[in-house]
Amino acid sequence: MLAEFGIVLGKIAFVLFLILNGAGILTWVERKQGALISDRIGANRASILGIKLWGLINSLADAMKLAFKEDYSPPRGLHFLHSIAPAIAMFPVFLTFAVIPFGPPIELWGHHIRLQILNLDIGVLFILAFGSIAVYGSMIAGWASNSKYALLGGMRTSAQMISYEIILGLALIGPILVFGTMEPAAMVNAQNTLLWGWLPRWGIVVQPLAFLLFLPAALAEGKRAPFDMPEGESEIIGYFTEYSGMRWGMFFLGELAEIVVLSAVITTIFLGGYHIPYLYDAVEQAGQAGFHFPWGSYWALGDWTVAILRIIAFALKVAFLMWFQIQVRWTFPRFRYDQLMRVSWREMMPAALLNIGITGLILMLLKN
Amino acid sequence: MIDVKPVNRSKLTIIQNSYYPELLKGLGVTMRHFFGNLARHTGRAIGLKTKDPMVTILYPEKTRHIAPRWRGRHRLMTRPDGSPRCVACMMCETACPDDCIKITAGESPDGRIEKYPVAFEIDLLRCCFCGLCVEACPEDAIRMDSGYVALGGVTRSEFYLDRDFLLHNSEMTTHAQFPGELDGMVVKRVDLSKQSGGH
Repeated sequence: MLAEFGIVLGKIAFVLFLILNGAGILTWVERKQGALISDRIGANRASILGIKLWGLINSLADAMKLAFKEDYSPPRGLHFLHSIAPAIAMFPVFLTFAVIPFGPPIELWGHHIRLQILNLDIGVLFILAFGSIAVYGSMIAGWASNSKYALLGGMRTSAQMISYEIILGLALIGPILVFGTMEPAAMVNAQNTLLWGWLPRWGIVVQPLAFLLFLPAALAEGKRAPFDMPEGESEIIGYFTEYSGMRWGMFFLGELAEIVVLSAVITTIFLGGYHIPYLYDAVEQAGQAGFHFPWGSYWALGDWTVAILRIIAFALKVAFLMWFQIQVRWTFPRFRYDQLMRVSWREMMPAALLNIGITGLILMLLKN
Repeated sequence: MIDVKPVNRSKLTIIQNSYYPELLKGLGVTMRHFFGNLARHTGRAIGLKTKDPMVTILYPEKTRHIAPRWRGRHRLMTRPDGSPRCVACMMCETACPDDCIKITAGESPDGRIEKYPVAFEIDLLRCCFCGLCVEACPEDAIRMDSGYVALGGVTRSEFYLDRDFLLHNSEMTTHAQFPGELDGMVVKRVDLSKQSGGH
């Protein structure tokens, strides 16, 4: 009992460590990557005793600055709601990671450990549900500020997030139909089979349209460019107009954590989770762990090697998607607000419905 | 009658309207820059002589190259004996469109020269760096080639330059005005007095 408790606590600590540090480093990655894309140098000034770490110290300096700034609350606003709104915006993001399997099950000191905090049958619903709760954070922030600009910004943000949540949900129905499960771990395992003996049955292969719909909808849900009207705080006044210091920083930490979490979700559902094509462990291939290539050759690997390779594969896939999201942020200009709504309701939603129809039809034909 | 010119806006093709091909083109551009710059930076970091991809000048560690004709802070030229070349003829004061030069003339101790500036003040806050004073000077006594770029200060009085400051301007390093803050700054000073000769 105590051991199990310790294992769960350990997994939670590991995941929180991963997300928070990932979000912190992303502030640096975002600045440096943007600098490289636009032929600039980027953050390079802050130093501790001459150590600059290519600008990483700038992130620390930013955090220090935010921590020591005045924590202002509008005198006529709702002080309590104003204080907890950033937390409401941030925590659902962390909770979403609970159902993401970040590695294969491992045996450690006689314990069978799933590298997943919470194994839920309805894990995909869980992800969508907690994505919806994040809307409340920005809504409450706008309402509690007692500022018409913040309120309008909050309304705009919630309209955007709700519109794109529908796309997220509809896009996910395709993979759910194909894999026949809502359990993330089962979905990941379903992606380790092969189509026609050579093509990995990843979500992106069997559901390309759903992937093309899910990715932009996820960017919009995370309020990332090119859908970052809620956060274009210098050009358009947004819902955190009345926030300062670390509370404002929490919104951004939540946003950056969302990049990590969304990358993990996309990896799990569309990019095969922790699986590497043709790599199987002893349970899946009757005692023959290692690479089983489609041309028949076999490269034996130890059980632990397979497990570690898979954890690394998951990390690399997530890192690639995070890099890709930032690349997108520095490439595309912002949508206008009416375009944003049009794209969601008039273009992406019919496409998502079409995807569900086609998927259902093909599955029915395959079954008969 | 207003002339109206109808502009034919070409309709988007179906490929352009489906977003993704065009988005991929845009991503191609940024990825080219990203990976190109990443490779060039890495190359420089490990000692290869790749091109520096950045156009940024890391001021104040580095400054731009200053052309010999650069019009910076003024300086006053001296004769070989160290006295000012200026004869207080007021030509520059007259030519100055900003009224920023103020000369007080006095009788020169040298018998061959009529006047010399007892005081020569320039208010840099008014100066527009047009260089008309340099053009006007018949004695080549005032120049603006001190090579000084970082014109900054925290009080107004720092911008009122007096005669002695102007006379030694070209000799002074930048450290004099911003002790500590701009340490290590390299100013490429161009000394035209060596090139022009004669005078």
